[in-house]
Amino acid sequence: MQKIEELMYKRASEMLESGEVDRVIAWKKGETCYDVSPATFTKDNLEGFVYDAFCGANLSKYLVEESKKGGKILVFLKPCDTYSFNQLLSEHRIKRENVYVIGIECQGKIDANKLQKKGIDGILSVEEKGDKLTVKTLYGDKEIAFEEALSVKCETCKSKEFAVSDETIVLNEMRDNREKRFEAVERLEKMTEEERYAFWQAELSKCIRCNACRNVCPACTCTHCVFDNDKSGIAGKANADSFEEKLFHIIRSYHVAGRCTDCGECSRVCPQNIPLHLINRKYIKDMNEFYGEYQAGAAVTALNPIVDFTKEDVEAATVVGGKK
Amino acid sequence: MIKIKVSLLDDLYKKIAETYPLYLPVEVAGEVNYGKYNSDSKVRLDVLKTVKSPKDAFFPQSENLVKFKVDGQKIEVIDVREEAKPFVVMGVRACDYKAFDVLDRVFLVDPLDTYYQTKREAGIVITAACGRPDETCFCTVFGIDPTDPKGDVTTWLVDGYLYWRANTAKGEELTKAVSSLAEETDGKAVDKQKEEVKKILKKLPNADIKPEVFDENMLDLFHDKKWQKLSEACLGCGTCTFVCPTCQCFDIKEFITNDGVNRFRCWDSCMYKDFTKTAGGQPRPTQMQRFRQRFMHKLVYYPKNNGGLYSCVGCGRCVKKCPQHLNIVKVIKAFGGDDNE
Amino acid sequence: MQEITTTHKPLIVAFCCNWCSYAGADLAGSSRLSYPAEVKIIRVPCSCRVNPIFVLKAFQRGADGVILCGCHPGDCHYSTGNYHTRRRMALMFSMLNYFGIEKERTRIEWVSAAEGAKFSQVMNDFAKTINELGENRRLEDLRCKK
Repeated sequence: MQKIEELMYKRASEMLESGEVDRVIAWKKGETCYDVSPATFTKDNLEGFVYDAFCGANLSKYLVEESKKGGKILVFLKPCDTYSFNQLLSEHRIKRENVYVIGIECQGKIDANKLQKKGIDGILSVEEKGDKLTVKTLYGDKEIAFEEALSVKCETCKSKEFAVSDETIVLNEMRDNREKRFEAVERLEKMTEEERYAFWQAELSKCIRCNACRNVCPACTCTHCVFDNDKSGIAGKANADSFEEKLFHIIRSYHVAGRCTDCGECSRVCPQNIPLHLINRKYIKDMNEFYGEYQAGAAVTALNPIVDFTKEDVEAATVVGGKK
Repeated sequence: MIKIKVSLLDDLYKKIAETYPLYLPVEVAGEVNYGKYNSDSKVRLDVLKTVKSPKDAFFPQSENLVKFKVDGQKIEVIDVREEAKPFVVMGVRACDYKAFDVLDRVFLVDPLDTYYQTKREAGIVITAACGRPDETCFCTVFGIDPTDPKGDVTTWLVDGYLYWRANTAKGEELTKAVSSLAEETDGKAVDKQKEEVKKILKKLPNADIKPEVFDENMLDLFHDKKWQKLSEACLGCGTCTFVCPTCQCFDIKEFITNDGVNRFRCWDSCMYKDFTKTAGGQPRPTQMQRFRQRFMHKLVYYPKNNGGLYSCVGCGRCVKKCPQHLNIVKVIKAFGGDDNE
Repeated sequence: MQEITTTHKPLIVAFCCNWCSYAGADLAGSSRLSYPAEVKIIRVPCSCRVNPIFVLKAFQRGADGVILCGCHPGDCHYSTGNYHTRRRMALMFSMLNYFGIEKERTRIEWVSAAEGAKFSQVMNDFAKTINELGENRRLEDLRCKK
């Protein structure tokens, strides 16, 4: 990753220097190893530019606002992020002509919360050594396999291809776990209704309605969300009732169904680690099964299955059951 | 001081729960939050930080204030407040306990918040000393001693025992109720742990930040150009405010039920677009302004009104939980509050 | 969850398309075919007017079952509305079931204006199913229950 970072830094400073781009959107070093934040960089200030295993954030949504500000922007996108970018393009949310995309190698990102769950607390720094991580902590050095610290969204990484890019910086073969993508959804489908109900009841009872999942989602770009609109009849701020959580998460995921590229940001940002991607992924799996394979963001011109139809579509009763 | 074997903790919870509703850190679906104890609860006293702080016990995320029942042309106003019964909150860390003080100065001054007051007076707080601080902790910056929190009872978890010290009359009473499970101790093990933890506290990466930089000229801070840069990645979600033990803003909303109206209050977040929105619009239209509001409130406005007390207690939850890792430590450091520079 | 409470009177919400199923209900009435009183019909201009939120709101307000009735595929008054309904609701109902909501609580049926008998039979059958399932507990909002 070090090498990739150097190459990225080089390209960023070159392009800023030559005036090809005015701003760069990338990641900025934080106070500890894991608190990396998305940031814009300009010609005279590339301080803190970083690309390492903690740069999980998807930068494509920031382009919605940035590309409107004028000037040319260089953005670094990981393979999964390029799908979000493409999807936003097809919704006319980003001005393509203002953006220069460099696709970058990604070997999966790691999650500090996961390290903590594995009993590694007091994290001071993390060093990658092959497929192992050496973690310096307040309580001594610990070692853990890279795989075990992998962020939830990378466990089932769907792609090593870039859906869109103007150039790429890739040195090594990338991770691809797409065959595992629907495993968790299938496990849930095999459960009984009672078990599934208990599963979601427990998971969603943790929801604090912080809206992080909505605000981070590259598919959620409404300027005025239905949940913030008092006139919608479903506006709500409170987790007042278990119904509210279900309503929020069902509608949130439904609204992005067909546009969700499965980037996994919702699960990454959830402070309560609710596996929100399993909701979105259920829609994706259903659409694949009912209406044919579809990957949002793979192509700019594709018609989202939820706004499309064929005369031979399956009936709800056939796929869901329900008639006794 | 008394001590109770860790293997007897379940009996301890049961004993307390016999008389009082007991709230303590319980694990649900992999995450630890405060919850009401029952015999199936998976209690996690060992976990340093619950995701949400215990402020829920006194200031719940959503709380019914009043109900209106509509019958034809008649409207009946129903007070939903129940008579306050004593309850116990167990496992409160020093930072979270200090946060109650911050909340008190908001809710227990004129105009008095009786919803908060009744709960606050009925609550018996059992604090828990920290045995294993995290890298995100910086409570010592605000003069908090995590090894010896106050509260009605203080507990320490050391070497297979829960050490227990009553601090108040309420605490003494509770101690009597659980004394059958306990044995007397001199508390030397506690002192030893305190010293070890204090060594760790000195090594914490954020232990030397200086919030005093915010004591400077308020208007200069307000108009500082750094806010723009600091807030640029902010998503405008409410994670930081909802996991924060001292955030106290709420919104009053109404829910129309099938036969009336529930008026309730729920936590609000200054990060939200519709925060304090009125007919005249939103007073802080940009995310930068909303972001600035949060930190100015914690480090400038609140201390100005409360004799210099910051409304941050250094629990470090926002450091860990912010989706894009913007946090109060970064803000303080950006304004020069970093000894290392 | 499955117990049948004798005191509970089920509530069924039927969203009916103005051009077919609603007329079908009319025909059922004028043909003296009965359908259960617990079925409450909400007339919509087309089955595709039904936003998934409507389904959830119906459950929130105390419905124990929700049924959508529209024109037979190909017969939509607006030519393609019910094709959209079919996709949307297949996904929606599948999702509700994924959350553990009993799959029998949601249904979609195509009933034309000429099918008064079918309307009556569908509603009787659905009401019977819902009666057997009992009260909706998994997608209820306690604030809306007395």
